[in-house]
Amino acid sequence: MSNQLAISMDGVSKQYSHFRLDDVSIQLEEGGIMGFIGPNGAGKSTTMRVIMGLVLADSGEINVLGHAIPDDQARAKMSIGFASEDMNLYPTATLQWHMDFVRSIFPSWDQQYADALVKRFDLHHDLKIKGFSHGQKVKAQLLLVLARRPRLLLLDEPTTGLDPVARREVLDELMEVLADEERTILFSSHNTKDVEQLSDSITFIDRGCVIESQDKESYLERWRRIRFEVPEGSRTPTLPGVDSVQKAGRLVSMTTGNFEPDMPAILQDQGAVIHGVENMTLEEIFVAEVMSSRQGEAA
Amino acid sequence: MTEEFILSQSDGRPMYLQIMDQIKLRITVEDWNPGFKLPSIRELAIAAKVSVITVKRAYQELEGEGIIITRQGKGSFVAEIDGLGRQLREDELDGYLVQALEVAESLGLDIGTVRERLYEIAVDLGKMNGDET
Repeated sequence: MSNQLAISMDGVSKQYSHFRLDDVSIQLEEGGIMGFIGPNGAGKSTTMRVIMGLVLADSGEINVLGHAIPDDQARAKMSIGFASEDMNLYPTATLQWHMDFVRSIFPSWDQQYADALVKRFDLHHDLKIKGFSHGQKVKAQLLLVLARRPRLLLLDEPTTGLDPVARREVLDELMEVLADEERTILFSSHNTKDVEQLSDSITFIDRGCVIESQDKESYLERWRRIRFEVPEGSRTPTLPGVDSVQKAGRLVSMTTGNFEPDMPAILQDQGAVIHGVENMTLEEIFVAEVMSSRQGEAA
Repeated sequence: MTEEFILSQSDGRPMYLQIMDQIKLRITVEDWNPGFKLPSIRELAIAAKVSVITVKRAYQELEGEGIIITRQGKGSFVAEIDGLGRQLREDELDGYLVQALEVAESLGLDIGTVRERLYEIAVDLGKMNGDET
C-alpha cells in the first residue's frame, strides 16, 4: 500500500447553533477502506459533507486526493464518488436516463461496468425511479457512483435499510473496488459488523469529536474482557487502564482498552481466579468507548 | 482456490485467526503443499471479503509460526518443511488435549483420571473394545 493520503483532515471545526464538529482530524491512506462509526447525530454526515466541499468548515485544513478543499474542490470532485441517503434521484426519470446524464458529465464513466452492475444489482434500465423499492434506489445511486470508477468513494450509510441479500451485493461490490490499489473508500455505518469485516481502519465519532481513529487490527487487539472470580470477602483486584468493572457476586468482568499480556497474572497475584480472557467485538468496544467518553465529559 | 474462504459470522474469534485456521486447514489436507504460492494479500482479502489489514495480520502471524515464508517482491509461500501437513494435524490435536488438561486441572482431576476417562469415552463411542486392557 502506498503511503499517499487520499483524505487528510486536520483540526477541522464547524459550529452550528446546536452542534459543533470539534477539531476533527482524519487521515486515510490511498487504497484503504475506513469505516466511520458513530451514533445518530454524531457528525458523520457533516464530516463527509465537509470532505466533499458541500459544507464550509470554520477552521482546519482539508486535502482530498492532493486537492485543497474547498479552494480546489471542483477538480477533486471529478475523482470523488459521493452517495448519501439525503440525495434523491428524479422520481419520474428512468435509471437509463440517470446513467446517460452522469455519463455526459464524467468522462471516466464505464458503460460495460454499469451494465454489469445493473444485472448484478438486479435493477431495470427502463423503469422509472418512483417504481423502485428503497433497496433498489440505494443500489441505483451506488451504481451511478461506482460506474464512474472514482478514486475515492464517500458513502454515507450505504447499507442502511437494505435487506440481507442487497447488503451482501453492495458489500461484495465494495470489495471489488479495492482490488485496485489506488482506490479508496470511506463509508459510514451503524452496522459495526460490516465495518469490522471490511475496514482497514476505523474512526469513531461521538458528539462532534473523534474519539478514536486507528488501524483496525491494532485497535481490536487493545481491547479485552477479563472474567475472573474473587474469593469471598476479599477485595476486587485493581489494575490501571481499566475501562469498566462489573461485579455479580464473586464473578467480575473487567474491560480494558489498554490490554497488556501480563494483566491476568497481575490479577492472579491479587487472588483472582481467571476464567477467561476474551476478545471483544467492534460493537462491544464501540458502546464501551461512547459510554466512557460521555462519562468523562460529565465528570 | 481462494473463492471458498468463508468466515463464520457466529465465530466469536478475531477474523485474522479464522483466516489463519483456513490456511492451516488447506495445508493440513495437503491442498496447499510446501512451496505453494499463496494468493496475494489483496486477492485473499477480496475472496474472503475481509479487509487487507486483516489478511496482512494473518500472514504475519503465520510467518511468525514458520508456516509460511514471504519473499520480498515475490509473494508468500508455504514453508518447505517435510510433513508440514501432518505436523499441523498433530498441533491441532495437541491444542485440544491441552485444553482438556486445563479443564481437568480446574476441576481438580489428575492426569491418570483424564486417561481413564479418555479410554472410557472411546469405548462408549465404539472406537475401542472394552475388553482389551
